[in-house]
Amino acid sequence: MKKNGVLSRLFVAVMFLFLYAPIFVLIVFSFNDSKSNAVWGGFTLDWYRELLGNRTVLSALQTTLEVSILATIIATVVGTAAAIGFSSMKRRPRNLCLTVNNIPLTNADIITGVSMMLLFVFAGQVLADFSGWLNAQEWAVNANLWFDFSFNLGFITLLIAHITFDIPYVIVSVLPKLHQLDPNLAEAAMDLGATRWTAFRKVVLPELMPGIVNGLLIAFTMSIDDFVISYFTAGSQASTLSMVVYSMVRRRVSPEINALSTLMFVAVLLLLVIINLRQARQDARRQAALRR
Amino acid sequence: MRNKWIAAPYVGWMALFVVAPLILVVVYALTARDGAFTLDNFSNMLQYAPVFGRSFLLAGIATVVCILLGYPMAYFLARERGRLQSMAMLLIMLPMWMNFLLRTYSWQFLLERNGFFNTLLATIGLPKLDIINTSGAVVLGMVYNFLPFMVLPIFSVIVKIDPRIIEAAQDLGANSIQVFRRVTFPLSLPGVLSGVTMVFIPSVSTFVISRLLGGGKSLLLGDLIEMQFLGSAYNPHLGSAISLVMMVIVLISMGLMNRFGEGEGKAVLL
Amino acid sequence: MGKELIRLVDCCMSYDGEQVLDHINLYINDREFLTLLGPSGCGKTTTLRIIGGFTTPVSGEVLFDGRRMNDIPPHQRQVNTVFQRYALFPHLDVFENVAFGLRIPKVVEEERNGRTVRRKKKLPEKEIQERVLEMLEVVSLKGFEHRRITELSGGQQQRVAIARALVNRPKVLLLDEPLGALDLKLRKDMQIELKRIQQQVGITFIYVTHDQEEALTMSDTIVVMDKGTIQQIGTPEDIYNEPKNAFVADFIGESNIIDGVMVRDRVVKMYGREFACLDGGFAENEPVDVVIRPEDIDIVPPEEGQLVGTVTNVTFKGMQYDIIVDFKGFKWLIQTTDHSPEGRHIGVKIDPDGFHIMKKSQYSGMFGDYSSYSEEYEELSDADALDEEDDGEAARREDGYAE
Repeated sequence: MKKNGVLSRLFVAVMFLFLYAPIFVLIVFSFNDSKSNAVWGGFTLDWYRELLGNRTVLSALQTTLEVSILATIIATVVGTAAAIGFSSMKRRPRNLCLTVNNIPLTNADIITGVSMMLLFVFAGQVLADFSGWLNAQEWAVNANLWFDFSFNLGFITLLIAHITFDIPYVIVSVLPKLHQLDPNLAEAAMDLGATRWTAFRKVVLPELMPGIVNGLLIAFTMSIDDFVISYFTAGSQASTLSMVVYSMVRRRVSPEINALSTLMFVAVLLLLVIINLRQARQDARRQAALRR
Repeated sequence: MRNKWIAAPYVGWMALFVVAPLILVVVYALTARDGAFTLDNFSNMLQYAPVFGRSFLLAGIATVVCILLGYPMAYFLARERGRLQSMAMLLIMLPMWMNFLLRTYSWQFLLERNGFFNTLLATIGLPKLDIINTSGAVVLGMVYNFLPFMVLPIFSVIVKIDPRIIEAAQDLGANSIQVFRRVTFPLSLPGVLSGVTMVFIPSVSTFVISRLLGGGKSLLLGDLIEMQFLGSAYNPHLGSAISLVMMVIVLISMGLMNRFGEGEGKAVLL
Repeated sequence: MGKELIRLVDCCMSYDGEQVLDHINLYINDREFLTLLGPSGCGKTTTLRIIGGFTTPVSGEVLFDGRRMNDIPPHQRQVNTVFQRYALFPHLDVFENVAFGLRIPKVVEEERNGRTVRRKKKLPEKEIQERVLEMLEVVSLKGFEHRRITELSGGQQQRVAIARALVNRPKVLLLDEPLGALDLKLRKDMQIELKRIQQQVGITFIYVTHDQEEALTMSDTIVVMDKGTIQQIGTPEDIYNEPKNAFVADFIGESNIIDGVMVRDRVVKMYGREFACLDGGFAENEPVDVVIRPEDIDIVPPEEGQLVGTVTNVTFKGMQYDIIVDFKGFKWLIQTTDHSPEGRHIGVKIDPDGFHIMKKSQYSGMFGDYSSYSEEYEELSDADALDEEDDGEAARREDGYAE
């Protein structure tokens, strides 16, 4: 293939400018000592100080991290198991499972969000009715028992929603590794005296690891980044960072959000650089191994 | 390792949290508040036909713009090599991973009436532009947010095309334009199709972009749905019906597009 | 065979400072079946890519019919290529793959109103149909027009690749290890098939391979290459019977290569003994390499032998036995139909026409000793061949980006 000419490189450069200019303007203005979003009023770190003193933001950050970490761990374990299970199914049930698995991936977020919200509200109502019915029973009254199974939208529903949209990403990243897996590998290990579990742990799992780690990272970023689904399933009791940002930006443009954007940008940059370095190191190791 | 039963927990999970909610959407769409069967939700939807029209139009425009900007970008990047290429890929991914609300907010910040952009215009002696709170701003927001989702799939398809296939086409007499039209482009269509899906679906269903950049003036489907569930117009039955119709239209158009895409390879040749 | 068609003059090529072609001079005749033969990294594929127009030599000239072609891009050359592993278009069926080149509009010069005008001309659909079907018949793929490429076997894909190239009626067909991905039986069939097709269409084939047997079977002319230089050009018989140096002797067939001294014309001395041979033209007492093919050695009782040695290994090969015989620490391979058990002392006799004398070269002493010979010998060389394919692939990738 030919190299790119000056014009095509210029085009790419302009596109990158388009992608990054807004973010850089935000970053610059996060240090602006003025409420104005157009005029430079000198350097300050006030907005960062204010942001880190904002209790709503901090507790939302905590909720976000808790939900994301828990959901990622659960999704990684359940998703890996499910991927292994899927690949040992017969064709028809496997295709059915994969189709259903793809629904949250292809559906618009808003539909996933409202449908789960409907389920949670509906289930809450049914359980509340059921508790009422139990409480009206003669034996319950006689025993002086009081049941309340009802629940509202909150942390638990938020967590369930996150797990639900995280698992498909894990499965999608683990499945290709399972396809590459040599079916004789586990058998060879067992032939050499390993139990099923040891064979899995020592031979199969390491082979799947790159896919699992990949899925874990995607699931985690999806959780951290999600707004729409959380918005519909968290109710009024729990708030993620995205939800707080939404309520802030709906009201007004504020330098505090610029500071938050800057911090997010730096965090993502660091994360990506770490992942890339890891990748580069793996590649280098593979190269070295090949040369040997 | 063959053990299909370890998928059981997730199969149950899917039934409960993926399938059941969608069934509920259908049930809600077909019932009134008192639980009786009705088709009123669908007939009531007619008054929102302009919203459907606007959503699909704006999302369509955003998707086309994303192809026009994203395809050449992906194509050029696929021809770079080594360091420069992986660096560029990192730069494409970075905005994708950054919070979507903050990305949208950055344009709100730039485009405000007395914001950065207009001040810049004023400084160089140009009149202010009212970009924010227009449909244009909404499309801009969609393109900005979802462009990387167009570039990435196209890039990954083009970069995997065997260089020998390109050489074979040259060998058979094709110049670089013909190589692109007859080989590279048809082979990259799967990437374009998945890019279209990844741009169009979130665009057509967004309510954040229209709220932040459209000023709530031009209502989109996403806004409509959101209002029925969490907003002032609380009516989950109507909201379910709208969601259902939107889902079906999207499914059908994606299905049609995929079918059309199959024939595309041939159509290009004739 | 016709007149000269292609000539490479002093072609040099290097990637990243590494010389891959070193002053290649070569001419190729019209209607000739020429094979570029050599191990991986010898420069044979690069030579082919220079002729095809995918790489431009750093220095030197590429001439077609006496016209300089260095900077003419591939799509303007009357040359077509059958790529290693085919490079068929996955989005097109068999018919459209073959029709690809015909559907590209050609620029033709026409006389109109006394002026020459250049315009693009498309072939009529009917002609395309006819030519494609005709070509599919030549490669025995009639009835496969609307199959998808992925539904074809390796051998069928191979035929599509050949038809796709030949349908454009090129003057020269370049084939880059076209049989490398096929299994042994299919490879043998395709060798005969390719030779038949070449004779049927009557054009020049330039064929790249690392398989000496393939080269000997099909070629009119073989060009043996190593380390970016041409080692020898000749007919298969020349190359086999009169190898120029130890590399060629070892690469083509099996050879015992022994240090010797040319006492005078027609007398060579080795192991302290003089032998009659047919070669001449060397200086008196010039050190030389002596090639003795395993099939040219007769086994006789020790007392009648010119040399006496001990059998150290016997392998049954079906048609003959391969036996390894130790002559004073240097091991020879002898092919014979008589069984001689391990450990037996035997004598050998070599007729004067069994010797081939070569001048000393950079390759002297590197080949021709069978000390490490074992039954796995064949398998080992197969493994080498596999490696070689991969190397070729890596080299090609680099080529692709090197422009």
